[in-house]
Amino acid sequence: MARWKIERLPAPIWMRPLIPIAAIIVTFLLTSLLLLLAKANPFTAFYNFLIAPLSNSVSAIEVLVKATPLLFTGAAVTFAFAAGYWNIGAEGQLYAGAIAAAAMGISVKGLPPVLAILLMIAAGFAAGMAWALIPALLKIKLAVDEVVTTLLMNTVILFFVSFLLNGVWRDPISGWPQSPTIANEAIFPKLIPMARLHLGFILAWIVIGIVYLVLRRSALGLRMRSIGLNPEAARFAGVNVNRTILTAALVSGGIAGLAGMSEVAGIQYHLIDAISPGYGYTGIIAATLGGLNPLGVGLASLFIGLIETGAQSVSRAMGVPIYLGNVVEAALLLVTLSMLILQNYRIRRS
Amino acid sequence: MVAVEMKGITKRFGAVTANKQIDFDLRQGEIQGLLGENGAGKTTLMRILYGLYRADEGQILVNGKTAAIHSPHQAIQNGIGMVTQHFALVPTLTVAENVALGYTHGFQINPKSLQKEVGDAAERFGIEVDPAALVRHLSVGERQRVEILKSLYRHARILILDEPTAVLVPQETEMLFQTLVRLRQDGMSLIFISHHLNEVMEICDRITVLRDGRVVGTVDKAGTSQAELARMMVGRDTFGVVRQEDTCGNVPILRIIDLSAFDKKGLPALRNVNLEVCQNEILGLAGVSGNGQTELSQVLAGMLKPSSGKVLVGDKDLTHANPAEVAACGVGRIPEDRHNSLVGELSVAENLALEDLAHFTQHGLMDSKAIQANAVKLIGEYQIKASPNDRVHTLSGGNMQKVLLARALVNNPRVVIASQPTRGLDVGATEYVRSRLLDQRKTGSAVLLISEDLDEIIALSDRVAVIYEGRIMGLVQAREVTVEQLGLMMSGALEVQNG
Amino acid sequence: MDTFIVGLIAAMFRVATPLIFGTLGELISERAGILNLGIEGTMFLGAFVGFAVAFTSGSLWIGLLAAILAGVLAGLLMAVLTVSLGLNQHVSGLGMTLLLTGLSLFFFRIIFGERSVQPSIQAFPTLKPFGDIPVLGPITEQYALTYIAILLVPILWWLIYRTSFGLQIRATGENPEAADAAGVNVFRTRYIALGLAGGLMAVGGAFLSMAQLGSFTFGIVNGRGWVCIALIIFANWHPVRVLWGALLFGGLSALQLRLQSTGLKLPYELFLALPYLMTILALTLAGRNVSGPAAVLKPYRRE
Repeated sequence: MARWKIERLPAPIWMRPLIPIAAIIVTFLLTSLLLLLAKANPFTAFYNFLIAPLSNSVSAIEVLVKATPLLFTGAAVTFAFAAGYWNIGAEGQLYAGAIAAAAMGISVKGLPPVLAILLMIAAGFAAGMAWALIPALLKIKLAVDEVVTTLLMNTVILFFVSFLLNGVWRDPISGWPQSPTIANEAIFPKLIPMARLHLGFILAWIVIGIVYLVLRRSALGLRMRSIGLNPEAARFAGVNVNRTILTAALVSGGIAGLAGMSEVAGIQYHLIDAISPGYGYTGIIAATLGGLNPLGVGLASLFIGLIETGAQSVSRAMGVPIYLGNVVEAALLLVTLSMLILQNYRIRRS
Repeated sequence: MVAVEMKGITKRFGAVTANKQIDFDLRQGEIQGLLGENGAGKTTLMRILYGLYRADEGQILVNGKTAAIHSPHQAIQNGIGMVTQHFALVPTLTVAENVALGYTHGFQINPKSLQKEVGDAAERFGIEVDPAALVRHLSVGERQRVEILKSLYRHARILILDEPTAVLVPQETEMLFQTLVRLRQDGMSLIFISHHLNEVMEICDRITVLRDGRVVGTVDKAGTSQAELARMMVGRDTFGVVRQEDTCGNVPILRIIDLSAFDKKGLPALRNVNLEVCQNEILGLAGVSGNGQTELSQVLAGMLKPSSGKVLVGDKDLTHANPAEVAACGVGRIPEDRHNSLVGELSVAENLALEDLAHFTQHGLMDSKAIQANAVKLIGEYQIKASPNDRVHTLSGGNMQKVLLARALVNNPRVVIASQPTRGLDVGATEYVRSRLLDQRKTGSAVLLISEDLDEIIALSDRVAVIYEGRIMGLVQAREVTVEQLGLMMSGALEVQNG
Repeated sequence: MDTFIVGLIAAMFRVATPLIFGTLGELISERAGILNLGIEGTMFLGAFVGFAVAFTSGSLWIGLLAAILAGVLAGLLMAVLTVSLGLNQHVSGLGMTLLLTGLSLFFFRIIFGERSVQPSIQAFPTLKPFGDIPVLGPITEQYALTYIAILLVPILWWLIYRTSFGLQIRATGENPEAADAAGVNVFRTRYIALGLAGGLMAVGGAFLSMAQLGSFTFGIVNGRGWVCIALIIFANWHPVRVLWGALLFGGLSALQLRLQSTGLKLPYELFLALPYLMTILALTLAGRNVSGPAAVLKPYRRE
């Protein structure tokens, strides 16, 4: 009887780019099971998921709108992960940026719009950086695991948001927990008239481009990547590990802050506590799916935007619960991770 | 009565044959020493006996019967236990829990009765340990006794000890020897792997010497001496290579003054080391691995902070410098661990540029043309068989070493620290690295060559120092020293004050 | 004033219950060497499955059993990812939380559709061992699950420190190489630990929907899983200290609700945030001395 053996061999280069595609296929196969349980035809569901949203301009634009915050958080996570810093705090940093944008938005009344928007961007970035500071310092000074601290910071800022919205920032007229509407000067212009797509989308791609440039072409990027790949070797070569990690963590926080600022300035025009249904965490999915490559992350964010829009479409057209989108995203993450490991194993006869 | 017989054992690792047709036998109730330089094949042979490796050829007999030993579990079933240098202990558990781990009876554990059981066993075997103590609080010597007890608890009658005194201070070594003698009286058979000649002569009944994977001979203690053992280990009287020029300068560039440091476990690794290396000189630091070379190399590279003393290059104090500062001061460092000194996933060009990034950076962005050009130049100059964009982990060991060499020497450093520079390299790469070091010496650098390879030390050095247990045992002119002298210094038996 | 304190103490135990279950589960997981960030999702899963099965079957205990089973399966899936595949534990855990939360919400809609009125069940009754005696009566009027939670603390202490399985868990979490060399099956130990952990976490969630609330809402877990992660560090990985930590946090939580009604002017969000802030402070003070099981986060592979 032939015996099967599992061997560990590095995967050939051509396998790597195929993984996202294979992961998508496997995920949708698994999802079919759920669809059958929902008494829905899998093929119709996939059509509604992936094709229908792109079939008309309104929903195609909505895909881009939904992708916008993910482009930011995906880029933020990618930037930190490149240096081996596990920034799970993008969600909290996003809220920090949103708070700062809501505050700045009310203060820029009367300023020229360009200046107002630049101030909004600066405020969002600075607030995100500030919220990322404590976990980063604890990591480099005391070797405290950044995952636990960033998660804690996520929860703390949600309470702070609730505090603001139920107190100082409660809308005096309606009584709803939402901050005062920002000034017109601070609102992001629409890219397409009468549609929801706003300046944030362009800004996000600029950020992706900058992240790509920094990681691939700058000295800082090379230092970060060397730390992420082999911290001992990086230290030996003279890289200042602590300072580089701090930079990576803070910039990552700033970019996540931009995500929150973008939602305030482009979509909501004020702060609400539901401004993010988990963009910080979905950004991690986008980053993983995109292979931690900024351009790949951009594509992955668009794809997840498609899934989210598709989930709405499937829900409306077929009565399938909209949460299928969440399941697909999470499954995609786990399947992709698994494939990244499994690609290094072969089954051989011995 | 023969406890263990190993016949015709051959073991290959790729192109390297670690054990060549080795015959080895262990009598019951004896302590046999297994002696040899690094890479002689002693640890490989014993790992085969303990089931961690599988021999390509040969067989093993235990108590006269052929035994199939393909895992530590099977070794234990055959009554063989092994105590290694890296203790397999869980620091947060008690001695009793560690000894009984994986060997407990029943689902419930009563700590008091477990401690009594283990305590009784310890007493029976004459091992002094406190079963209730947490391993975390034990000294190294005590931890080793727990490791020994583990094997005895599992009814081992044959015990392999791999360099047991490497981590012990003299008093603990004494205690260990008392324990071993007691075990021998009990009828146990022990194998004592070591490179410390004096200890081997003290505790062993017979001694087998390995060299280059083969058995050189097995002798009775009574019929041999440390000097003869040294010669058997090292195997040659002359070294052949004689350098033509002799242009050793007298200007010390690298000065190491009273340097002391602790290793990762907090044990003293360097004790008041004093060394000076002059311009146009290669100072070879000989010694068996584990005697402080790694820590010295790390301190000089800026990777480890010393506890006291000074390191001066020229008139710059580099004692507490970080790696970037050290490199910037004109010190070229060739590290001993290739894999933790190069980033495997990055390209050859990126690794070459990493130590001096500022030089290749304009306004924060890397000048990729310059980095490529630099890589092409160094690849040509150092005969590295790779393209600039190949990922370093795809290179052979020799080529990886050449990358490190190129990076260390590119800016014509005035001091070169070379740690085990040819370890694991093939003949061609080895010759190349050695010739580059000689070239550096000619152009005026002060080269500190730290190597376990005596051939290399004698061939390249002007002066030779020997390090043993963190201390410099002697500093001699290479032309004047003999093999025996070196061997004795390397094993701590001789201390020379001149040089 | 007496009734205030009595009410507070009673509420303290109640609020601490899901934290005790969740943290004990996470404790087993981390002691075996796995940081399980899937706890938030597993608690959510337990809350949903317990409620849904109780609703459809009419039996609370069958619902509870189903919740435990779901939790165990979730734990085993986490084991496949982190132990067999050796995936990064941070991302695997977060992925599990997202997956389990998504699945729960999906199936909730499938089973219950969109209703204007929240579906509800007849919740677990409370036990009243001391009847209506003043002080003692109200304090001891707790759900059976609360008593079980408190009993679990010494039981888990016994499991970890007085059984050979517990010894194996502790060895695996500190030094899997040593455990492997001693003949302990590291993979099997971690699988069992994660399965057990998942079951406990799910019960913590089920308590919320089946006892405390009697219905299922989307915000029912509301970050309690992350509190458990923090509580473990606070309790220095020791089962008995987990109880004190959970009671402390439960007490603070119950306090803020009561203080609100007394018209005190302190922002109640501050009290809600207090446990988290305290943990960050504790981490800072402990500094480099925070000593969890040494092998956490490192996947174990035999060379």
